[in-house]
Amino acid sequence: MNKLLLILIFAALTFASPAAAYLAYVSNEKGNTISIIDTDKLDVISTVKVGRRPRGIELNKDGSELYICAGDDDAIQVFDAKAQKITGKLPSGPDPELLTLSPDGDIIYVSNENDNLVTLIDIKRKDQIGDIPVGVEPEGMAISPDGKLLVNTSETTNMAHLIDTKTKTIIANILVDNRPRFATFKPDGSELWVSSEVGGTISVIDPEKKIIKQKISFDVPGMSKEAIQPIGVSITRDGSRAFVALGPANRVAVINAQTKEVEKYLLVGQRVWHLAFTPDEKYLLTANGVSNDVSIIDVANLKVVKSIPVGAFPWGVVVAPQ
Amino acid sequence: MKRLSAILWLLLAALPAYAQTLTIKVGVLRQTHIRETLSILDLPAIDDGLAGALLGAIDNNTTGKFTQQNYEVIDSKLDQDADLAKETDALIDKGAHFIIADLPAQNLLDASAIAKKRDALLFNISAPDVSLREEDCRANIIHVAPDRTMLADGLAQYLIWKQWRRWLLIKGSHPEDDSLAQAYRRAAKKFGAKIVEERLYEDTGGGRRSDSGSVQTQRQMPTLTQNAAGYDVLLAVDENNVFADYLPYRAWEPKLVVGSAGLYPTNWDAAHEQWGAHQLQNRFVANYHRTMNARDNAAWLSMRIIGEAAVRTQSNRPSDVLTYIVGKDFSIAAFKGVRLTIRSWNQQLRQPILLSDGRMTISVSPQEGFLHQTSELDTLGYDQPETKCRLK
Repeated sequence: MNKLLLILIFAALTFASPAAAYLAYVSNEKGNTISIIDTDKLDVISTVKVGRRPRGIELNKDGSELYICAGDDDAIQVFDAKAQKITGKLPSGPDPELLTLSPDGDIIYVSNENDNLVTLIDIKRKDQIGDIPVGVEPEGMAISPDGKLLVNTSETTNMAHLIDTKTKTIIANILVDNRPRFATFKPDGSELWVSSEVGGTISVIDPEKKIIKQKISFDVPGMSKEAIQPIGVSITRDGSRAFVALGPANRVAVINAQTKEVEKYLLVGQRVWHLAFTPDEKYLLTANGVSNDVSIIDVANLKVVKSIPVGAFPWGVVVAPQ
Repeated sequence: MKRLSAILWLLLAALPAYAQTLTIKVGVLRQTHIRETLSILDLPAIDDGLAGALLGAIDNNTTGKFTQQNYEVIDSKLDQDADLAKETDALIDKGAHFIIADLPAQNLLDASAIAKKRDALLFNISAPDVSLREEDCRANIIHVAPDRTMLADGLAQYLIWKQWRRWLLIKGSHPEDDSLAQAYRRAAKKFGAKIVEERLYEDTGGGRRSDSGSVQTQRQMPTLTQNAAGYDVLLAVDENNVFADYLPYRAWEPKLVVGSAGLYPTNWDAAHEQWGAHQLQNRFVANYHRTMNARDNAAWLSMRIIGEAAVRTQSNRPSDVLTYIVGKDFSIAAFKGVRLTIRSWNQQLRQPILLSDGRMTISVSPQEGFLHQTSELDTLGYDQPETKCRLK
């Protein structure tokens, strides 16, 4: 009964809103806050104090809870989206940085930089249910759309570790370029993209054959090779286009995800870290660490349409579905 | 039982390509550093430099679990009357064809001559001499430590950025101080600063610490620095730690001290934590119960360079490793914000220079606006068109 009521309320709210207004959450690494942006107004509607050094953030399926890696508190905080406050914490290992959720939403996989482990957390039980030893300084986390394959990247070992989620063991280690920081699957699961911050490349991995099938590098006119440091990657749902944050190059590269050719570089704020689409893929939001703002990219027109000031050192960004 | 042996057979059949573990032995050949430091905080630890190599081996061995490589460190600490040639040979006899060297310039060249005959590759983690990268450069030495011109240029760029262009240079009386002063004169000319005057602080020998040291120093330093032409910063040139740390707060004029004290250029500092460096610092303190100094870091980085090359080439042969690290595919991450590479013409590691006061990373050079056609890192130190190095 309760559930039905909730669905009704939810449906009413959905139909009542005229435009697609989503809520974007931005973690501010130094501000120890989360900025909440209304993507219709393109403005910050509230700023919430959270744990220390918030970086990686993820939403659960219905957007009701946000999980925040609070690195300096050695915990993952649970943020209730409706109440807009922290309601609890999950036991990660030391210094959690990035996390990913199983497709069913039951398990969090988190990389703990300080002890070379990927930790599994049962969200309902609020308990650790396993550890997987990986390389030095684990960071990037991704899970295949079918939930079978988990990927972790280790920054100093320079590998993408492919993990079978059923057996919780590593089934392949793929050497990529220096300091791999982020991994994401193409929405159809056919490719795994890994960004190497210091190496300056994207490795496109075939998850079936477990080999690198292509590498993408970048060339921004007038900018030294060293300044081009790929981090966040977002790929459109239809798999046609990818966007890559280039860190201190202050640009987002637009890539034809079929041919892997770089089509364009969009100038955003300084030291751009992570990216997130709105669910309708109208906008792409970028968290710009040094300039303390979020750039809004109009995805159809490939133009930066606005920059929104947020807290100190924005790092992660996610957008809640309707 | 049958089933178990079947599984074992399957495992063995699946593994042949990886069954063999590649062992990489790395020697650490290190001098004993003097305990005559001005500050008690700078006293060298027993495992100075070595600890960095050991941590590098731990990191490489974590990766080695996945690549079937195993790294071993063999320590060789030289006391005052050690026979360098014998110790170098002994390390190579034990299988160490990579040697991390914390040696003065001449000893490094002597070790290089032995290593050449025996197919070993050296990694210089401390000698800052320009000559080692120029007229006396050697094909079997990789310079992980920056040289004096890189350090001087790193500091100079920041002083120019701050518009502190007038420097009063006070140098010590050791030959190393002459070389370092020369690097600062070169930097002043290169970037448009002016050395308004040079003064000398004579090292008269004797102990550097006493129970009432500060009383005398308080009277000496104003005298040493008074009646100078107008200047912006006091540039201390004192590589042997004889007087530079006496200058801050004690000079005649209330001016900042830079160089060998105050704001100093370095390849690493215990206070550095940007670009993920806190992870490395945490690992180091957890393992060795002290902070990581510049030599420790260069030793760690040498080990990482060896590890990176050995993983990519699947080889433990010095010639394969050398070819890879001077080649265009090599780069290494070292928590300094950019990838580091090797200058192919003299085998010097390209790297940003940290500017620290011992409490904070104040800035990192190259500074914004110092441009270069290939790499901004090559605005630090001698560049390819100027080099006298002919590797042999």
